[in-house]
Amino acid sequence: MAPPPDRRRPIKRAAISDQQRRREVALRLQADRRSDAQNRARQLASSVLSLGPEPATEPEVEPEQEMSEASGQLAGRSDLDPVRAARLRGPEVRKWFARQLMLPEWMVDVPPSLDRDWYVFTRPSGKRCFVVSSNGTTISRLRNGSILHRFPSNLPNGARTKDVSGPASSYSILDCIFHEPDETYYVIDMVCWRGYSLYDCTAEFRFFWLNSKLSETGASDSPSQYHRYRFNVVQIYECNLAGLQASYSGQVPYVKDGLLFFNKHAHYQAGNTPLALVWKDNVCSQYVLDTDSKGQIPPQQQVVLELQNDGNLTTSDDPPVALGSLSRDLIAQSGLRVGNLVRVAIKDERMRLVDGKLDLGELQLVGKANHSRAFADTYSKVLFQHAARHAPLRIEDLVASIQSNSSMDNSQALDVEMEG
Amino acid sequence: MALEVTQILLNAQSIDAATRNHAEESLKQIQEQNLSAFLLSLSAELANNNKPIESRKLAGLILKNALDAKELHRKNDLAQRWLSLDLATKTQIKTSLLQTFSSPVSDARSTAAQVIAKVAGIELPHNQWPELIGSLLSNIHQVETHVKQATLETLGYVCEEVDPQVVDQEQVNRILTAVVQGMNATETSSDVRLAATRALYNALGFAQANFTNDMERDYIMRVVCEATQSSDVKIRQAAFECLVAISSTYYEKLAPYMQDIFNITSKAVREDEEPVALQAIEFWSSICDEEIDILDDYRSEYTGDSDVPCFYFIKQALPALVPMLLETLLKQEEDQDQDEGAWNIAMAGGTCLGLVARTVGDEIVPLVMPFIEENISKPDWRGREAATYAFGSILDGPSPGKLAPIVNVALNFMLAALSRDPNNHVKDTTAWTLGRIFEFLHGAAVETSVITQENCQQILTVLLQSMKDVPNVAEKACGALYFLAQGYEDEGSVSPLTPFFQDIFQMLLFVTHREDATESNLRTSAYEALNEVVRCSNDETAPIVMQLIPVIMLELHQTVEAQKLTSDERDKQNDLQGLLCGCLQVIIQKMGSIEGSKYAFMQYADQIMDLLLKVFASRNATVHEEAMLAIGALAYTAGPNFAKYMPQFYQYLEMGLQNFEEYQICAITVGVVGDLCRALEDKILPYCDGIMTQLLKNLSSNQLHRSVKPPIFSCFGDIALAIGENFEKYLVYAMPMLQSAAELSAHAVSQDDEMLEYTNQLRNGILEAYSGILQGFKSSPKTQALVPYAAHVLQFIDTMYGGREMDDAVMKSALGVLGDLADTLGSHVGPLISQSSSSKDLIEECMVYDDPLIRESAEWAKLAINRAVSG
Repeated sequence: MAPPPDRRRPIKRAAISDQQRRREVALRLQADRRSDAQNRARQLASSVLSLGPEPATEPEVEPEQEMSEASGQLAGRSDLDPVRAARLRGPEVRKWFARQLMLPEWMVDVPPSLDRDWYVFTRPSGKRCFVVSSNGTTISRLRNGSILHRFPSNLPNGARTKDVSGPASSYSILDCIFHEPDETYYVIDMVCWRGYSLYDCTAEFRFFWLNSKLSETGASDSPSQYHRYRFNVVQIYECNLAGLQASYSGQVPYVKDGLLFFNKHAHYQAGNTPLALVWKDNVCSQYVLDTDSKGQIPPQQQVVLELQNDGNLTTSDDPPVALGSLSRDLIAQSGLRVGNLVRVAIKDERMRLVDGKLDLGELQLVGKANHSRAFADTYSKVLFQHAARHAPLRIEDLVASIQSNSSMDNSQALDVEMEG
Repeated sequence: MALEVTQILLNAQSIDAATRNHAEESLKQIQEQNLSAFLLSLSAELANNNKPIESRKLAGLILKNALDAKELHRKNDLAQRWLSLDLATKTQIKTSLLQTFSSPVSDARSTAAQVIAKVAGIELPHNQWPELIGSLLSNIHQVETHVKQATLETLGYVCEEVDPQVVDQEQVNRILTAVVQGMNATETSSDVRLAATRALYNALGFAQANFTNDMERDYIMRVVCEATQSSDVKIRQAAFECLVAISSTYYEKLAPYMQDIFNITSKAVREDEEPVALQAIEFWSSICDEEIDILDDYRSEYTGDSDVPCFYFIKQALPALVPMLLETLLKQEEDQDQDEGAWNIAMAGGTCLGLVARTVGDEIVPLVMPFIEENISKPDWRGREAATYAFGSILDGPSPGKLAPIVNVALNFMLAALSRDPNNHVKDTTAWTLGRIFEFLHGAAVETSVITQENCQQILTVLLQSMKDVPNVAEKACGALYFLAQGYEDEGSVSPLTPFFQDIFQMLLFVTHREDATESNLRTSAYEALNEVVRCSNDETAPIVMQLIPVIMLELHQTVEAQKLTSDERDKQNDLQGLLCGCLQVIIQKMGSIEGSKYAFMQYADQIMDLLLKVFASRNATVHEEAMLAIGALAYTAGPNFAKYMPQFYQYLEMGLQNFEEYQICAITVGVVGDLCRALEDKILPYCDGIMTQLLKNLSSNQLHRSVKPPIFSCFGDIALAIGENFEKYLVYAMPMLQSAAELSAHAVSQDDEMLEYTNQLRNGILEAYSGILQGFKSSPKTQALVPYAAHVLQFIDTMYGGREMDDAVMKSALGVLGDLADTLGSHVGPLISQSSSSKDLIEECMVYDDPLIRESAEWAKLAINRAVSG
């Protein structure tokens, strides 16, 4: 039996070997990762360029259908292309911005080595926002992408004044909370300074840089003609007993809203991260329990979830966690669409933790969520809120955790405060 | 000054190894001492009728090898060497060669014909030896048939060696005239007629002009068709080979002849001897190839048409063609499935039927169904096998909508046949057909899959059971499982395979350990199926995949430890190591990509790395390549933690980069350097001197396969992006290389698609290097170091833009580089970019491009440039 001619593959023989496929997959992955790496390098600049001083379109209310399409599209892409971000409008801007901010998870149990690996500080009550200074303007944007203020500031290139320290186009990005009562931006993180990216730096380094650099600029000065709002740093503590105590019950010039914990070794990571945590109780926050759309604390816990096309209701985690579902009839009756954020109430007695996984039991539809919401609740928030109503994680638990750590390790260094 | 070489040449073929080695050594010495004398002696030996045929043949062979080699650089060296010999020597050798034609010994003539063609291949493009074709053609009119035969053979070889462009049309006409005359039925010598027919096969590429002339084409076609009716089987075979070649080279000229050709081929398929029948089937397969290509072009979104119109020959011939092919399916040979290299009428017929299905789609189904229904339950296994084979062959082409109802009915029957048919051929083909069903009618891309949650379990049970069958059936069952799993690759957590992972792995591992696993490619298929099942694992099944790791590692460990193997055992060992490394690679990639399993997986990283390093002790290319790919995957998964393996791994990385001969390894290793850069980032710095040195060496070598060069440039970009401004010290070496390669590739005139594709790969590599370097230096105080190169980079893009041959990938990379230039160098290059009108045009043009990725790149470039110009 003669072999087949070179160019003719017998139909029963495989077209390509798995080895060839492995080789091709490896090459394709390498090419993809190269372009990812290059895109990341371009991302920072691009996001600032496109959202810089030229008037950006305010987020506008769009027809529901478009909104659900947009969020569907975006949900599919975990890493949004920065170039595309430049063209985003309305609800897309919100999604994009939220992806740039590092979002702490809610603390549902105490991480190990809290005292060794974490910082703690008192979270100012107010609006979380990104502040970008570049080309003579400073712009702050809320988590939902809308512009909060456009103003001159003493931040680098934040006002049209002579700045000798670098090119006018270099930009700085700060992660802040705007505190209404004293009209002050409290800086809780530094993402970029004079064009130098701090995304890939540890929290330890970012806080050091924040403390040493911000003071150089006069950004903490009282407001003036070319400096509309004051920027203050918050006092950051090592999370040992004294630090925890100071941040929990110490005096601060702002209204407290819980405690924030940052892992010292974590990079600035856009999106939800367990390496930054938020914790609250009634002593350090006025807003422990979630309010409903009228600002009242409802008798039953309510959560905001996103409606998926299979009827499931999911959190905003990546990947989303399904916590329940709505029947097709109900969806049809209430005119909901895929991608809508819906507010549902939990019948407390039915909600339980099974093997550490949340089982919400029967859900009662309350209605569509407030339109300014860009996101569903996260899994950790639902858990925390549930715990807060039933068996809250108390300050004593945090203290006990630190004490048990330090009793195991007596060589624990003395309290070191960040020099502010 | 001819040397006496006869005895040495005879000794070189001695059965005694010592004598042979000694003779080979002597030949080498003579060649090194005096090349001219050596070649002269060889040609004299070949021409001398008094010498023994053995020494004459070897003399010719050595002469031929002194003129040509497979590797391109060696081929060029040998051609240069020949051209630089003195004229008298060359003339003398050529005269001897031509004299050999009159030899009564046919082997000597045939050898001389091949050597002459090699000389012609070197000299004709340099306008040397212009009298060759004339003097060959003057032989044609000689009476002696053996001279005539040798001359035609030589003309055929010359046509094979030489590019059509170097022979002028007038000479082409004379060659074709001589060849076609030799083929004519009036030629009484069948040796001459056979040599002429074979010569025409090679000369067809020269006949472009003649095929556009109706009269000449008619004549050539008539002679070829007549030759298919010769009483000599070799002539008939050669004539059909000509028809096959014509079908692909002159498809658009065939219409007037198709009716005759159909009659000729179908008679040959039904009645003629196998080698002839195979070529007759091949004619139709080749027509299918052409029409599939043309119809693909019609469907492609870019052009929407094709240079060549489709004549729909297959569609027209369908009612007669399909029955003819179905008949061939019943001509199976016993045991054909045990022989991997087998090729016979039934196999060729099924292969052609498959191509016909791809050409015409739905229309084939009603023509094949009656045959299947009639034969599928015949008592004779041939009927059952042929029916199943026909079914399997037509599954690619017709729409799933057309096939799904039939498959739904057939599936249970197939599963029963696979478990219970008494004949191995039937089971073999049934398992293969199931695989085809899964490949084409199941998976995310198919709207309504024929596989459901319910029948999936039944299918799996039967497939796993069949893996215990004879090796060829078990191999096909593994192949079927491969495609079943592939359909679930994107399925996520709801894959119906989930409950069976443990059973599947157990069975596949059992198969790999079968005593007869090396037969019928069984072990390879089992590992390939295993890989595919791993690829479609998910959060839920990851723990089961994790259990596989120690098992695979143990197996690999055993192969590494095995010692004192015979060469046959060594080969099998190498195959196995390659498979195990491949399997590890797939597991690493998969476990690394599932967030929940990454951490648990990393527990094994030390051990895996340890093993892979040991595997490099093997000297086998495939094993190296697989181990290298596995390490690349591990580096990506481990990230910066991979740094701890670098001290030990580095030597093998360097070895891979130095492997010019097995350039696939070199290419893979270059890719792994990229993986390492992304994993280690600046921790790769200590190794960069060594890596860069080797990469620069590779680029300047003319021995390295050219396909490795574009990835090396891209790799510069990877390194620069990883180490940032530390790349500064390499600029002085890397930039001139990039510049000269850019210069070459920007001005490259691409004669053919292959060259164009390579040129674009090269351009893309260069642009990726520029991007990486620019981005790496961003925000560094050393950006100034790049300013002097900016003008050249812009000019490179300008030239390419002017040349209008950029493909989409190059365009996107070029836009990226424009943006990066502006972003990194800012006001230093702002004016320069504004002056470059083609940059502006390129960006504007791409802003309205269809491809969103290109539009986005254009917008990025525009933004960055605006900022550079205004800042």
